[in-house]
This record gives sequence, C-alpha cells and structure tokens, in this order.
Amino acid sequence: MTPIAHVDQLAKTYDLVVIGAGPAGMAAATLAAAGGASVLLVDENPAPGGQIYRGIGATPLKRRALLGEDYWKGEELTNAFAASGASYFPGATVWQLAPDVELGISSGGRTAMIRAEQVVMATGALERPFPIKGWTLPGVMTAGAAQILLKTSGVTVDGKVVLAGSGPLLWLIAAQYLESGKHFDAILDTTPRANWSAAIGQLPRFLASPYLAKGLKLVAKVRRRARVISGVTALEAQGEGHLACVRYTKGGKVHEIEADHLLLHQGVVPNINMASASGCELEYDPLQLTWRPKLDEWGRTSVEGITVAGDGGGIAGAEAAAERGRIAGLAALAALRRISSEERDRRAAPIRAVLGRYDRGRAFLDRLYQPTQQFRVAGDDTLACRCEEVTGGQIRNAVKTLNIAGPNQLKSFLRCGMGPCQGRLCGLTVSETIAEARGTSVEAVGYYRLRAPVKPITLAELATLDMSETEIKTVARG
Amino acid sequence: MPGSDVLIVGGGLHGCSAALHLAMRGASVTLVEKDYSGRHASGVNAGGVRSLGRHLAEVPLSLASMELWHRIGDLVDDDCGFENHGQVKLAESEADLEKCRARAEELRQAGFDHEEVIDEDELRELVPAAAPHVVGGLVSRGDGAALPFRTVQAFRNKAERLGAQIVEGVAVEQIRRQGRIFVARLSDGREFMAPVLINAAGAWAGRIARDFGEPVPMEAVAPMLMITERRPAFLRPVVGATSRTLSFKQFANGTVLIGGGYLGRADPDSNRTILDYAKLGANARTVRELFPVMRDARVVRAWAGIEARMADGIPVLGPSATEDGLFHSFGYSLHGFQLGPICGAIIAELVSTGRTNLPVEPFAIGRFARHAA
Repeated sequence: MTPIAHVDQLAKTYDLVVIGAGPAGMAAATLAAAGGASVLLVDENPAPGGQIYRGIGATPLKRRALLGEDYWKGEELTNAFAASGASYFPGATVWQLAPDVELGISSGGRTAMIRAEQVVMATGALERPFPIKGWTLPGVMTAGAAQILLKTSGVTVDGKVVLAGSGPLLWLIAAQYLESGKHFDAILDTTPRANWSAAIGQLPRFLASPYLAKGLKLVAKVRRRARVISGVTALEAQGEGHLACVRYTKGGKVHEIEADHLLLHQGVVPNINMASASGCELEYDPLQLTWRPKLDEWGRTSVEGITVAGDGGGIAGAEAAAERGRIAGLAALAALRRISSEERDRRAAPIRAVLGRYDRGRAFLDRLYQPTQQFRVAGDDTLACRCEEVTGGQIRNAVKTLNIAGPNQLKSFLRCGMGPCQGRLCGLTVSETIAEARGTSVEAVGYYRLRAPVKPITLAELATLDMSETEIKTVARG
Repeated sequence: MPGSDVLIVGGGLHGCSAALHLAMRGASVTLVEKDYSGRHASGVNAGGVRSLGRHLAEVPLSLASMELWHRIGDLVDDDCGFENHGQVKLAESEADLEKCRARAEELRQAGFDHEEVIDEDELRELVPAAAPHVVGGLVSRGDGAALPFRTVQAFRNKAERLGAQIVEGVAVEQIRRQGRIFVARLSDGREFMAPVLINAAGAWAGRIARDFGEPVPMEAVAPMLMITERRPAFLRPVVGATSRTLSFKQFANGTVLIGGGYLGRADPDSNRTILDYAKLGANARTVRELFPVMRDARVVRAWAGIEARMADGIPVLGPSATEDGLFHSFGYSLHGFQLGPICGAIIAELVSTGRTNLPVEPFAIGRFARHAA
C-alpha cells in the first residue's frame, strides 16, 4: 500500500478508484491490486475500517471482548490491504463522481479531478432517519453516533441513558455499551409484535444462518443486564433546551422515563447519495423499505464503469460486504481485461457460495426488524427535514394544497432536502410522508434527485481547479 | 378521442403560462408534459427576473412582462417568491463604466429609461460587499428574482383551476394532421386532438418544428448553477458584471446562488446533464475576486437544466410559417424565465385574435428560412 497525503500526489488516471475503506472497499482494492490493476482507495477517515471496523488498529479500547470478536475480523482485512499494491488516500473526500467516471477529490483545502477506468463505490450505510417529536433536542442522538464515540474515543455518554428503536445493530450497540460498563436506564424496543408472525415463515432459513447463534447470544446478554421494554408503539423526547425525559406508549398506556441521553436507532439503509448524484438508476426495496442502486450480479450499476459493493447496494452486513467487495474487484479486473470472463466467473463461484450463507438469515431479519410506519413518517409537529426545519404537517399541507407530486417538487416550496445534509437525513422520511399524504406507495413518489457535490466543497477549493482547455463559451444569464 | 380547443406540448413556464392565459380567455386547453411541470429549464434556473441587459428586440416584451411580475399574485394567486431588489451590473474599470453609459444611451435613443448608470457611491450603497476595485455600474431598479419551480407550479395550478387539463409524466410520441385537426399520440397510447397546437417543448421543441417542415438552428444547452450554504446577509440585488459572466444572488435564508451561464453538457435524450467542474472553477474565481466575503463559502449543490438556445440568441415566438394552427414558443435559453408571464399572454392573444400589440416580428420562425434561402 502506498499512502497518499496531498491531491498533487494523485495520478491523472487509475485503472480502478475505490471509494470508501470499509470491508467492501478494502476487499475490492486488495483483490484488484493483486490482479495487477493500478488502484486508488480514497477514504474520508484518517484510518481504514469504515463504520463497522472504525478505528481498527487505532482504537484506544484494547480489551478485545468489549467490541465483540466480529470487530476484530477487520484486522485481517486491514492487514491484507496494507500489504497490497494499492494507493491509499485517507482523509480525502470524493465530492463528485460524474457519469463519465470523472472524480473530484478534496483534501487539505485543495481539490483535483482525476479519471478512472472503473469505479467501485463502497460508501456503506447510514442509519435510517427516526423522526419523533423532540428528536432535535440536545441529548438525543443516533445510536450509531454513540457507537462511533465508543470506538474512536473509548467513551460513553454520561448520565441517564435510554436506548430506543429496533434492529440487529441496536442489540450490538447495547451489548458494547454494557460491556464497557455503561448502564442503560431502559431499552425501549419498538419492534412491532406483528413482525414476528410476518418473519416466522423465514425462520427455517434463518436457523441455518451464521447470524443466528450470534444474534441470540447478543439479545440474551442484553436482556440479562438491562431493562428491556418491548412493544413500544410511540415515542417522544421532551425537555427545555436539553432532553429531560422520554415519553413512550406501551399497551396503549403512556409512560415517562427521565433521561439525559436518548440513543435512537431503527436499522441502517444504503447510502445512495453518490450513486444517485452520479446518475445510477435506483430501485425501491419493499422489504428493506429503502432505495438502492439497481445492480446486476456483479454489482454493476446502470452507469458504465461504476460498480457498487457492500451495504451501499443493499444491507447485508460487514462479512457479506467484504465478499461483495471481492466480487466487484473481480468484475473490475475483467472489465479492465486483466482476467478473462471465464476466470472471473470461476473465482467468483466460491465467493458466491459464502455470500449465499450470509443471505440465508437476511429475509428473517428484514421482516422482523421492519420499522413501523409511524416511526418512518413525520407527525404533524415532528421535524422531517432537520436542516431546513420542515415538519410533517407542512409537507402534508403542501401535498394537499399545492399539487406536490414528489420530493423534488417539494424542494422549491419547503426547501426540504436542500440544506447542507443534501437530503441524507430526511430523504426517506420525506418520501414516506408524501406517499402517506397522497395515499400511494413510496416507489410511486420517488426519491430526491441528488446533486453534486455529494459533499460540500469551498469556493476556494473549486477555484484551484485548472481551467479547461476548451474555450469557455458564456452568455449573460437571466 | 378527447379533444379541446388548444393542445400545448411542454409544461415549462411558457407552456403553463400559455395554458393559463388561454384558459382565462375561455378556451379549453390540454397540456402534455413528458416529465412534470417545471422539470427542466423553467424550474431549475437562477430565477432572475431581469430586464437589465436585454437584447433590444426583447425590451418591449420584457417591460410588459415586468408589469405582470409586479402583480404576479393577482395573476396566479401566489407571490412566486418574487422580490424586487433590482439587478446591478458591476463596472470594474473606467472602460466598463463607459460600456454602461453607452448601453444606457442606446436604450434612451430607443425610448427606454429603465437602465441607469450609477457611480461608485451609489454602487457601494446598493452592493456594499463588492470588491474595492469596483467603480460603479448599471442598475435596473424594477428587476428582481423569484423562485423558479414555485412560479411554474403556480401557473400550472392556476391554469388547472381554470379548467385546463394537465397531463404529466406522458410524452407526446407523434403529432399528425387530420384535416384541420392536430392529433397527438401519447406514449401511453392515448390520443388527443385539437385545431390549435402550441409548441412549448423547450429543448425538445426543435423536433416538433422540424416535423412540420421548419427546421431551426437550435441546440440543447445546460447552463450550470451552484448554491452555497447559508451566509450572513450581505446582498439584496441580483448582481452581474460588465466584462465577465456572473449571476450572483443571496436568498433571504442566507444561501447564495452563483451562475453565469457556464455550460455543462446536456443530453435531452436521457434527460440528464453533466457538470463541467473546470468551468465552475472559473465561476468560483470570479466570485472570489468580486466578493471577498465569499472566499471560504462552501458549495452544497451544483446543477444544470436542459435549455433550448437559438443560434441568434433570441427566442422563436409566434405562428408557424408552414402550418395553420401551429404556434411556437421556445428557444429562450438563459433568459426565458422573466418573459414567461407575457409570452403566454401573447400566445393566447395570437391564438384568439390572430394579432398582438407587442412587437413580435423579430421572433418569427421565418427568420431562419430567410437566412437559409
């Protein structure tokens, strides 16, 4: 691995640029570099690992059990990547990926445009927005943010802590917190009871999944050591200037619990911003209730030369992400004519077999942890778009009175999704809320058409770009 | 087969404005838009409501449209986000200032006085954040800016309230003539007929003109825009420059819009545009030089719309030269937004009465046939 520290050390072109140094990105880069391709891996973080293996090799937590054995699988991937021939640019932001496979990369206040024959986007997942009343109060954060605090700094949040939501990651984070000695005042489980009957048909396949034993152990451990309140059907954060209490409904009765911190989580969804801004066609996944890029069996998108690997193409977990990274690496080598399509297929077969095993439990987990509509749609007084402070009530009103068909039309009236987060935190909520108001499906309503830059870039950075050689044709603009 | 008095192809501002004005005159109207109203040029432009710096032929139309803009709420029941803080063109040198004086004089000779030269003192009052080297400028005080998509939607909704039928998400596949009637077949198989056809299809309008035997020199272009995160308030008018290309505006919420007509690439077949960041880099350099206050501003979004630009830079507006009952309204690229309200009214007038009091001869489609001959 050759580290890169400044944009002026970048080559003008690479065979393959991989975006994101999580399991999928590291695996794709390692495999493609071993196959002789010139590979650049670009990542925003200072060290490889992505979210799941964040801080691997750098975390101050040395007690391995604390983060769970799975976390340390990242070491193997990281070591293999470190030994590879790939170039590695940490602390750098890919702010644009054009459909003609031109990339804009920024670091340290400078920016450069480079080209790649092939791009593997391994941009991973984001936590699904969890719009409840009061979720913008200081003291309320996502469980994932609390986990990052733990992995990178070895600290937990202070005071009385309530964890609320649903999903495998919720239990993992709970276990990690408990392991580090942090007590929860309550865990409010919002998994709808009805989901169990929907999921039960998938149980036989799940029984053969490597996730089962792991998952059961995790949940049992958390239940032993924390007060878990199941069947929560409504949630609200209350306080003046800071969270003071969490109000929840269970069995039709409203309860209150004092809290300094509320950690919210209801699963993760693919981070599709870059794929969408690059023009990759999206599709709606009615089971995972989210948008994802439309991919073929190699992870190839509708845009020539752009492939997606890992959770950014659909949630399947870290181990599966690494395997999908290898599949994408093989596809890239074949597209670069470094291997034949026969060799690609042959080498992919055992990887696909492993992937098949990880897939076994997925449908069960997806059904069981499918969040209910009331936690996906913003209530009348609940903020849907946090950047522009737009409530669910305002969205419903705009749909009714202004003939608003979808999220792109809404932008001009309410500025939803036009703030600095570019719709990352509200995209799903806004689509769900419009769909509900119009009495139609999220798929029919569609998603934000996202724009470059995928991450903000300063005018000063932009101004460092070389002028194009073709003469700039300009006209006065009205 | 459903029929109406008028069939409009294209749900941009010009199509929707024509639909509204025709509906106000009592005509039955069907408008077909392949995406949704305001999806392209009309909905995603800089929103400049500008008479400043217009082609001389457009000035009468622009001034008439400005009157409609100043009472836009009466017309469409929505203020369209219109704000009247003027538009200013900065002069960066004595030579620039001389150009401004010449322009104002040229207009005065033609009988117009809406553009005024301002000295450095007044310029600093209007645009205090301009760089120290700026020496004055040209101002049009009646100008301003509005919110593009909101405006199109307001025209569209008002037209619909007055009875116009708006068909969205379905493309017109083919238009044929059956005697005096136009018959349009849509991509979902439906057919609509009308004795009057209005071609307001923007970047796709050239195809319709060609199909009726009057090809025009039109290209699809993709002017790029950027918007920054919120900044403390520093600017009210829309600002351009005399010898550089710039369109620069701060919204009430603090975000700053940066344009200037730098072109990306347009692909009308796929509805997509590709941005050219090297050109946006040049745009960023202009802003840094003219507004030092913007140096550390972060761009949160850049985009481009697909627009139709005519070879001679002014639109096609008026009856077809080959086909009775066909009217054109397209090719407004980079300056069509402000003209939207009046051009819809002109089309409605031409359709209903066969004439208009505004001078539209310079925009006749026949001008290209003459050149070809």
